[in-house]
Amino acid sequence: MALDPRGAALALHRFGFGPRAGTIAAIASDPRGALLAELDRPNAGRIPDAGLMSSGAAGRMASDFFAERAAKQRLETRRQEAAKQEAAKLAAANPAMQDAAQSSAQNPAMENAGMEKPADAKSADAKTADTKPADPKPATPPPAQPETPLVENFFREAKAHYDAAVRAELGFAERLVWFWSNHFCVNSDTTAAAGAYEREAIRPHVLGKFAELLLAAESHPAMLLYLDNVNSMGPNSTTGLNINRGLNENLGREILELHTLGVRTGYNQEDVVSFAKVITGWTLHNPAFNPERGGEFLYHPRMHEPGPQTVLGKAYRDTGLEQGRAVLADLARQPATALHVATKLARHFVADDPPPTLVETLRAKFVETDGDLWQVSRALVTAPESWAPEQAKIKRPSEWIVSYLRAHAVNGVDVRRMTGGLTRLGEPLWRPPAPIGFSDRNDAWLDGLAHRLDIANNYAQNNAERLDANEMLEIALGQLASAETRAAVKRAETKQQALTLLLMAPEFQRR
Amino acid sequence: MSDRLPVSCLHAATRRELLLGSGALFAWAFVPKIARAEGRDPRFLTIVLRGALDGLAAVAPVGDPDWVKLRGDNALKPDGAKPGLPLDGFFALNPAMPNLHRLYKAGQATVVHAVATPYRERSHFDGQDVLESGLARPGRADTGWLNRALTRLEPDDRVRTSQNGRRTFAVGPITPLVVRGPAPVLSWVPPRLPPVSDDTTMRLLDLYRHADPTFARVLEDRIGLATLGPDTPPANRPGEMGPAVQIGGIIQVRSYFAEAAGAAAKFLANPDGPRVGALALDGWDTHNNEGAINGRLSDLLGALDAALAAVETNMGPAWSETVVTLVTEFGRTGRINGTEGTDHGTATVALLLGGAVKGGRVVADWPGVKESDLHEKRDLKATTDLRAVLKGLLRDHLRIDERVLASDIFPGSDDVRPIGGLLG
Repeated sequence: MALDPRGAALALHRFGFGPRAGTIAAIASDPRGALLAELDRPNAGRIPDAGLMSSGAAGRMASDFFAERAAKQRLETRRQEAAKQEAAKLAAANPAMQDAAQSSAQNPAMENAGMEKPADAKSADAKTADTKPADPKPATPPPAQPETPLVENFFREAKAHYDAAVRAELGFAERLVWFWSNHFCVNSDTTAAAGAYEREAIRPHVLGKFAELLLAAESHPAMLLYLDNVNSMGPNSTTGLNINRGLNENLGREILELHTLGVRTGYNQEDVVSFAKVITGWTLHNPAFNPERGGEFLYHPRMHEPGPQTVLGKAYRDTGLEQGRAVLADLARQPATALHVATKLARHFVADDPPPTLVETLRAKFVETDGDLWQVSRALVTAPESWAPEQAKIKRPSEWIVSYLRAHAVNGVDVRRMTGGLTRLGEPLWRPPAPIGFSDRNDAWLDGLAHRLDIANNYAQNNAERLDANEMLEIALGQLASAETRAAVKRAETKQQALTLLLMAPEFQRR
Repeated sequence: MSDRLPVSCLHAATRRELLLGSGALFAWAFVPKIARAEGRDPRFLTIVLRGALDGLAAVAPVGDPDWVKLRGDNALKPDGAKPGLPLDGFFALNPAMPNLHRLYKAGQATVVHAVATPYRERSHFDGQDVLESGLARPGRADTGWLNRALTRLEPDDRVRTSQNGRRTFAVGPITPLVVRGPAPVLSWVPPRLPPVSDDTTMRLLDLYRHADPTFARVLEDRIGLATLGPDTPPANRPGEMGPAVQIGGIIQVRSYFAEAAGAAAKFLANPDGPRVGALALDGWDTHNNEGAINGRLSDLLGALDAALAAVETNMGPAWSETVVTLVTEFGRTGRINGTEGTDHGTATVALLLGGAVKGGRVVADWPGVKESDLHEKRDLKATTDLRAVLKGLLRDHLRIDERVLASDIFPGSDDVRPIGGLLG
């Protein structure tokens, strides 16, 4: 078979995370075949969980942390009150002592504030403070934030997430993980288990049946927390009646609007309410009272709305937990869901307004295979339309950063820098602006291009000495590089400038 | 349930991020022990001007009858609206550099002119490699001449113990080649990131205009050039491009230059601090709209001048024992090119300043700027080997043995005699 290095480079940028050294040559004989083969690797889409907390453990850890912190604060308030009363007594006896008494009451509070700082002081802050011979008046860095166990856990998960992308051979399976993780997004602001969610609910199913993925996502604690289902209860349920509380429609609505059918596809407000009732009782073991299973999924019959419900014209008997499962299974098979998923996949990988024939191919494959995502993903790669519009998409900031780290043969990310940079670029990990996730349209990311220039310049500043931009161009773009880009990189004033121009080149920003 | 993740912890730029954010400045604590035995405590700071400084625009041969013919309207002159600052009657300093002029007049600054490394091609990267490696030819050098010189200095015991057992001190996470090598380096980073240079931005814009109109529009918005049509490349509209991209940019450049150089001086001034340091300042590749008298290069030279003033101030009393040397990979073409700039050339200037310098003079074996005097009929000819200057400084200031200089620091430079008498 004739070699196609240009097609290989395009394949790697469009469907993978960009080339590493040698990957263009390695797949040049059959770029599409290589992408398909990656989907058939054992454990494709998964990463080892070693050392990472399950969602339940993360939830319990977070609950314990906040409970302990609150308890400490209460204790401290009590101590301060006591000191104040003591001081007041002394002051009444001897008015001259008043000032001294006041300051002694404040001291314990300051000590306590210091206690929360990590004792190991592994931050560079401590080291440089020792060795700084003069005071060069650097701008004061922000005060070191005490790193809570939640933050540590977040960074461990974030590192596993990004490292998998950076290390992947081509990255097609990882790209699918990112796509589905964004389709079924949750938010780190509302759960300590966003990372665990991706590993537990998304990864095992990205090449399985859509119905299984849907069930895993909607019944996961992170999703139930994010879309407020944990406290949603049937108005006529036992608990609902006892405490006079009721329904929260949020999860029910977003499943219909965002996760399955898509907006304005024929469901109405009654369907939303009915469906929300169906999934009442889908909640968590309360970590405050359950040290073994706190934070894990719990179906709580007392919160479940009794009776049959009608969703999209079909009646579902009250079978408890099974009632919700049955509705989800049917939603996964709705024609609108197939079209919605097909459109989103094509939009993400190929073009903002993808060729209708491509969408139709994917939709038909989805319907024909009962939502087999392995089959649909293969159809995406094999469809000729998937290759026609060249580099119509702008990489998301995260895809761009991963692709330049891969081109630099990086194997493990500096996760704090990476997440910091992506926050500045408008793509904070697992903190999408809304349940719809990060946008899949170019215009959302275009304005950030100038910020990317700052990041690229900064990265080049730190790495240009060790890298040859012309070699990197061959590794990362090869025949995809335009004559203009080659010339700009070659004629650059400094190594730093050459690297900046390469990282910012249209062929490298797009996919 | 209260398992919210505190967002602020994830947003805040950590100290580590700041430390990793940038690298430009390096120094370390190897102390010239032999010099100290003489009762001296010398400081040595090297500033690499990357991009190739136009030496003829920085220090112009206003007494050369062929000078104005060569540069035309862009020639710095001894008179007119913005006259050059007189040096020795023959040369004049760019008026953007009053501090350097003051130091020159005070006998604390020397200009070495028509100087170049042994490199005679015109690639920035290779030129920088030769400049910083100290080797005669470009190649995959992994150590710099300043670092190798350091290994010839004894680490000072007093410094070693005073800094918690850390023998070395440096500034910045990534070491430029000139200070890379076996002598260990510990770094500090200026908290402010160096800004994206206007030049980089303009080159990117040029690329986008040819290859990606959508991206070009976004970048134009950023630099306030939206009114310029995307069909108008920068080179064709010099009058409009020049000022528009510089407003704001040069302010950042000035503060970064001054902060980086000033911080280096503070470290070097400290009694227990390092004695040798280096930093790199970029942006000198003036292919378009050079603006030597009113414009980009003038602004850059002004920023550099302010940075030198910051070095002098922050050195305090240690200034009297200081040598600061400014070097660049090569010079630029004698003539102005078709876009009001200059292209890559050959010889340029090196600037030496500090209380230890025997200043107030221009050291030059002037080759002339008639066409027949130019290197390949285009560049100022090199009549002084930069290695001779550097070897003279390392020998006389840091007391590095001349044979070592020829064998290890600038290998293959036996024929290049160190220039003596540069220090007072």
